[in-house]
Amino acid sequence: MSARPARFLKVAGIAGLSSLALIACTSNTPEAEKTSDTGATQAVAGGKNDEPGQKVKIGFSAPAADHGWMGAITKATQAEAKKFSDVELIVAEGTNDVNLQISQVETFINQKVDAIVLLPFDGAALTAVATKAMDAGITVVNVDREFGSTFAARTTVLGDNKGMGVSAGTYICKELKGKTDAVVAEIAGIDSLPLTQARSQGFKEALADCGLKVSNRVAAEFTVESGEKAAANLLQAAPKIDAIWNHDDDQGVGVMAAIKNSGRKEFFVVGGAGSANVMRDIKAGNTLMRATVIYPSTQGADGVRLARLLVQKKSLGDLVEVEVPRTVQLYAPVVTKDNVDQYLPTAFES
Amino acid sequence: MSEEVARPETATAAGDKVQDAVPATASTQSTTRQPGAPRNGGGAASILRTGLGRNVGLVVALVLLCIVGVITAGDTFATSANVLTILRLAAVVGVVSIGMTFVITGGGIDLSVGAMLALASVWATTLATQQMAADYGMIFMVSTALLVGAACGLVNGLLIAYGKIVPFIATLAMLAGARGLAEIISDRKTQIITVNPFLDLFGGSFIGVPVLVWMFVIVAALGWVLLNRTTFGRRTFAVGGNAEAARLAGIKVQRHTVALYVLAGLCCGIAAVMLMARTTTGSSTHGQLYELDAIAAVVIGGTLLSGGRGTIVGTVFGVLIFTTLNNVFTLNNLSISAQSVAKGLIIVIAVLLQQRLAARATTP
Repeated sequence: MSARPARFLKVAGIAGLSSLALIACTSNTPEAEKTSDTGATQAVAGGKNDEPGQKVKIGFSAPAADHGWMGAITKATQAEAKKFSDVELIVAEGTNDVNLQISQVETFINQKVDAIVLLPFDGAALTAVATKAMDAGITVVNVDREFGSTFAARTTVLGDNKGMGVSAGTYICKELKGKTDAVVAEIAGIDSLPLTQARSQGFKEALADCGLKVSNRVAAEFTVESGEKAAANLLQAAPKIDAIWNHDDDQGVGVMAAIKNSGRKEFFVVGGAGSANVMRDIKAGNTLMRATVIYPSTQGADGVRLARLLVQKKSLGDLVEVEVPRTVQLYAPVVTKDNVDQYLPTAFES
Repeated sequence: MSEEVARPETATAAGDKVQDAVPATASTQSTTRQPGAPRNGGGAASILRTGLGRNVGLVVALVLLCIVGVITAGDTFATSANVLTILRLAAVVGVVSIGMTFVITGGGIDLSVGAMLALASVWATTLATQQMAADYGMIFMVSTALLVGAACGLVNGLLIAYGKIVPFIATLAMLAGARGLAEIISDRKTQIITVNPFLDLFGGSFIGVPVLVWMFVIVAALGWVLLNRTTFGRRTFAVGGNAEAARLAGIKVQRHTVALYVLAGLCCGIAAVMLMARTTTGSSTHGQLYELDAIAAVVIGGTLLSGGRGTIVGTVFGVLIFTTLNNVFTLNNLSISAQSVAKGLIIVIAVLLQQRLAARATTP
């Protein structure tokens, strides 16, 4: 034991030296503050936007691809970036750990990327670091889940969450044709997300317009297994249902499995997000799935395109305004048997 | 760092040696020489037998990773900004892993660390805590997080030590319960922190190094001292090595077990404060799967999953290896799925290396 303090000192010395070496080999380049370029945006004639311009380095980070829609987001983003010879896309590992996602954005800042396209796991938690990126002169494009501050992003690409609920509610009202005692059930996605709250709000308002209300509401987690579990519980709780709106077609796979196991057929189902297999079901018309409400999985891809335009100081084609808009909100149409062929090509495979 | 000296090497040995592991007086400690302690003049081999020797595999792995980073992304990897990015990421999981090291060394396991972190972060940002912090100072927020973490740990410890529930099961129950409670308290909404002094202090820097990193360093240093230089630490090894022998030797095993879980919970409380500062939010989704990250880091570090042997230094290296790996992957824009495969490989390779080197270090 008497040898221990001495050896401890020796080892501590080695550790100290190695940490010094580590610091020594980090080049202390002063943080070169990129001055935000105030060069005017050139109004490019329509159609010329796709011509190669200056090289654009874009960092992309999204939550873990634990369900089809999120996987489709990343796939579509990568595919879009490949179309442009002047875009270099750096894709960070998808993660549901905000701590890790923050460090990914920090890494992008260290790499001095030109733009960051960010689909945050939790918008509020990533706001501070996104603002830091903007302050460093990097163009941040926020996708799908909104930050808590206007200073955190130059442009935001959103789906229309409330609109999804409104579309679904309006469709169910129309289908139930004034049946005032109808039982309408809702299978929501992750309840802690503001987007889920917006969808439910829109759904409630649209139903109220025709005198209906949500009689039973359960929440799943966007995954197949969680959908199956939530739907099984719902079917136990409600002996008779007229219509179900399920927020998400990925969890919908599980929802339909639970419905099939229960053998019940007295209702119809409206989906959400718009996966290809749900659209194929709608087209075939041999399941209870009668319609779905689109929530585009192309948001990341659009984010990349907008980031490229912003960095190259080009304007958005087909708009008179020369600057790229601050918010781009995509539409949430209802897909039924009548118009399914129009949407099937851009649907995502879950 | 010479952690294995004067400590039973294996669980069975712990049974025979437990008398040494319980310091009766200071004099017994300074005269007994244990197996594994280096003889004088062993040359390179003796270095291998020191605490550093046990961590050689880890040091080599980390240095290799850094070399790969420098070669592949030199202009970015070897900047102070990037090193601080790695350290900031490592800090939160690191503090959780220090607590986990104590629990695992003591022969237990704690699966509820992530959930306890979430609950502490939510409790400290809701239930009027923020209002009190705004009115009377942020100490209310910080102490709330620490207390909630420690209280969860206390429940774990009582269930395990006095309720005789297997650690795996008891902490599994806490994993579900704490996260569920966090969801109830927060109504599953992300709670935004508005107490600026809190954000300024924990989000700031001290002598150019982020406060979060200082916290990690301090927790790791205190953990090292506690495990290797105190009676508490020696009792931890004894309890983890052979609980029955420890009891016969006069250690209050049950009370000690409770203390270990409280310590792990307290570490989660500290980590919650760190993550709250980093994300400016408290949320029931914080800390997902941290239990696996922490266990992986602890095991890679060379702590025995069966208890009785543990190393804080190894754990710190384990955390750094994971975070550096992630950083190198991101910098090089490697395929997302390949990252997971590489992580699995690194765990296996690190542990294999660890075992080889440890075996070589212990054979005289």
